[in-house]
Amino acid sequence: MQLGSLKPLRVAVAAIFLGLTAFLFLDFREIGARSMADAVLYLQFAPSFLNFLEAATLGATGFLIVIVLTLAFGRVYCSTICPLGALQDVLGRLGGRRRYRFTKAHNGIRYAVLGLTVVLFVAGSGLLLNLLEPFSNFGRILSNLVRPLLLAANNLAALVFEQAGYHGLYRVRWPAIAPLSMGVALAMLLLVGWLSTGRGRLYCNTLCPVGTLLGILSRFSVFRIRFDSGACRECGRCERVCKAECIDFKAQSVDASRCVGCYNCLAVCPDNALRLSGASGSGSGGAGENPGRRKFLIGLVAGSVGLAATGANAASPPSAMSDAAPPPAVTPSRSTTVPEKRTSPVSPPGSRSIKHFTSRCTACHLCVSACPSRVLAPSLFEYGLSGMMQPRMSFQSAHCNFDCTVCSEICPSGAILPLSKERKQRTQVGVAQFIRENCVVYTDNTNCGACSEHCPTKAVHMVPYLNGPGRKLVIPEVNAAICVGCGGCEHACPTRPYKAIYVNGNPSHKLAEKPVVEKMEPLPDTGEDFPF
Amino acid sequence: MDRRDFLKKTLSGTIVAGATLAFGKVGGFWNAAADAAESGKTWDLVAVRGGGPDAMFDSAISAYGGMRTFVSRGSKVVVKPNIGWDVPPERGGNTNPKLVTRIVEHCLDAGASEVTVFDHSCDSWRQCYLNSGIGEAVEKAGGKMVSADSKGYYREVSVPKGKRLNKALVHQALLDADVFFNVPVLKDHSSSMLTASMKNLMGVVWDRWYWHRNDLHQCIADFSSFRRPDLTIVDAYNVMKRNGPRGVSVNDVVNMKAQVLSTDFVAADAAAAKLYGVEPSDVRHIRLAAEMGLGRMDLQNLSINRIKLG
Ligand code: SF4
Ligand code: SF4
Repeated sequence: MQLGSLKPLRVAVAAIFLGLTAFLFLDFREIGARSMADAVLYLQFAPSFLNFLEAATLGATGFLIVIVLTLAFGRVYCSTICPLGALQDVLGRLGGRRRYRFTKAHNGIRYAVLGLTVVLFVAGSGLLLNLLEPFSNFGRILSNLVRPLLLAANNLAALVFEQAGYHGLYRVRWPAIAPLSMGVALAMLLLVGWLSTGRGRLYCNTLCPVGTLLGILSRFSVFRIRFDSGACRECGRCERVCKAECIDFKAQSVDASRCVGCYNCLAVCPDNALRLSGASGSGSGGAGENPGRRKFLIGLVAGSVGLAATGANAASPPSAMSDAAPPPAVTPSRSTTVPEKRTSPVSPPGSRSIKHFTSRCTACHLCVSACPSRVLAPSLFEYGLSGMMQPRMSFQSAHCNFDCTVCSEICPSGAILPLSKERKQRTQVGVAQFIRENCVVYTDNTNCGACSEHCPTKAVHMVPYLNGPGRKLVIPEVNAAICVGCGGCEHACPTRPYKAIYVNGNPSHKLAEKPVVEKMEPLPDTGEDFPF
Repeated sequence: MDRRDFLKKTLSGTIVAGATLAFGKVGGFWNAAADAAESGKTWDLVAVRGGGPDAMFDSAISAYGGMRTFVSRGSKVVVKPNIGWDVPPERGGNTNPKLVTRIVEHCLDAGASEVTVFDHSCDSWRQCYLNSGIGEAVEKAGGKMVSADSKGYYREVSVPKGKRLNKALVHQALLDADVFFNVPVLKDHSSSMLTASMKNLMGVVWDRWYWHRNDLHQCIADFSSFRRPDLTIVDAYNVMKRNGPRGVSVNDVVNMKAQVLSTDFVAADAAAAKLYGVEPSDVRHIRLAAEMGLGRMDLQNLSINRIKLG
């Protein structure tokens, strides 16, 4: 194959990954993201690795393939598979063509970032990983920034089409507003946008923990860009198109740890003086790296991987709960007075426990995007600082659909593990708590029962209640054993500002009992006659 | 059985139905004439038992003189079934899809320019439309399913006789319609005792919380003064007798094979309550609506056409 054609090939592969990954986050009409998510995300490094920690199954070996790929060809992951990498290329392009210049690697920063990320992760906090990991950042940018724009466009178009009597487009309700994740996503978009228009892949080579890790591996890669010193006329074109700023044409060296395998240089070299070769040519090591430090780093990474695999972590306890979204506009006849006492947030079914969930979730928000009920919303600090932005069940604007298992199917990192429908329907993520003093039946002496209406197991049932003449009042009662914590009751409960019924999370998910199903007694009115 | 077939079948049915078909082309004129000709035989209520949801509707609507009694050529029809829950038809949580389909077919046959179907569901709406079987059935029959899931679809209206509920956000499809069919499913309800026609109208408004918060039964009755459905068709084919309104399993359901039609939704609810097994006056919103003069619950004084099939 002509070396020059490697670049278009790279661009094509990157475009496919970028397009498909973006589709997963933007598929608001649910036309297929769910079914293809596994395949599309199989090679995403961090999610796949986290998934592997959970269960070393075949479906979670994508990161091993990436490692092998890196050892063979260098960081091609960064130039083709990583959606944030591709996004940076797009943004860089939009910012106009620019000339790059070789710079020294910022080794201090990148190894410090990687080291800290690993150390924190092993200590049980995914904070830095969540903030810097590229796939999750891409996901948050799409689901927190791009998706709302898309919805707005859709709703506008739907409005126009409706005037013409066409209802094929429908308006989509907004997801819960999550200012923190929107802010973080915007900050990251601005950061990578600014860096990529000015300095190419500087993010990848200083801040991205995945990039740095793969960079260490790619120092040992077999096929990499090397100079064929005899052929080089030192025109410097290669250096000017190297967005990793890792080619020093004067020294005829390529820093393999930073090269992202974009093959721009191959395409531009008029003399074919750059090769993708397995033979060790001249400069291979890269800027001022001593073997001692290299060993230390590899040891550190390997060690922490081992540690993490044993599951050593301790999620910080959830802080005080607060609901970010404002309550829907209702005019309550009277404000309720007893605050809910939530001692634990509610993590999605399949996440097993808060601890498991927070230690595996990278806050990519794929589940938030895919949740058909919109009950999943990015948290603020309900899971603690290190769990910020990790999704939780927010019953403010929705409840978890009894039959639905979408989040557990789609989560790429194993934070939410697959559940069968039967299992999901008995997974108790929390238990409903009833506050009688807030209940409409108690305060107003009128029937309400919205909670019981929504309850799929009838864990919330209505029992006779003392009342005034002529009114058959009933008031809720909770059977905790069969409650699954879906939040139907809390979502439906009309009292404000405090709910009369709310779900308190189970720090460790439990198995609810099956609702007892009695045979219906034969009824007198099943005959063919009319009772009137 | 396709549309032509059932038209033939109804032709051999009642005289009234036959006349509808024979003179159907002249639409409005004929309706007026028929009313005069069939004086005394405009039913307050038509009740059917013993057939499938579609067959029962065929005969019941014939008893009313056919669909043209309600739908004139070119009119816009809204059909409001109960599609509140993400459960399959056999669970009785939603209106039977066969009934909805048949209503849509009749409307189109009568010359409706469009038939729109929606419900502001409780579970996520697309799952409800899908798993209730109604979404697909309606579209096959030529009707239009529209979303009710976005506040943008609703417009504010005032509720003339409302005591607790004076204003509501109502789905624009209903506001723009010429003809309005209310097609509830009859079932148990944890707090309003039973769900039938008046309760079903909670699915045309945006803000249900307000109702629950402000004397549910009164709000249900209040809203009925906003717009009287042109015809209410209560689906009592599969009736959820307990654990309503969502139900826990098929064991909550009794196959009752019944249907009630009335232009008076209070009467429809009263008959439905009887079918369900309670006294109409025990259901507070029925009593309130009757007291407000929105309809009649004194079944013994109504002219009722009782039809038994099969
Ligand atoms: S739980 Fe949701 S946000 Fe977290 S990793 Fe899984 S899909 Fe991404
Ligand atoms: S959370 Fe509420 S609605 Fe859900 S199962 Fe428990 S009691 Fe029922």
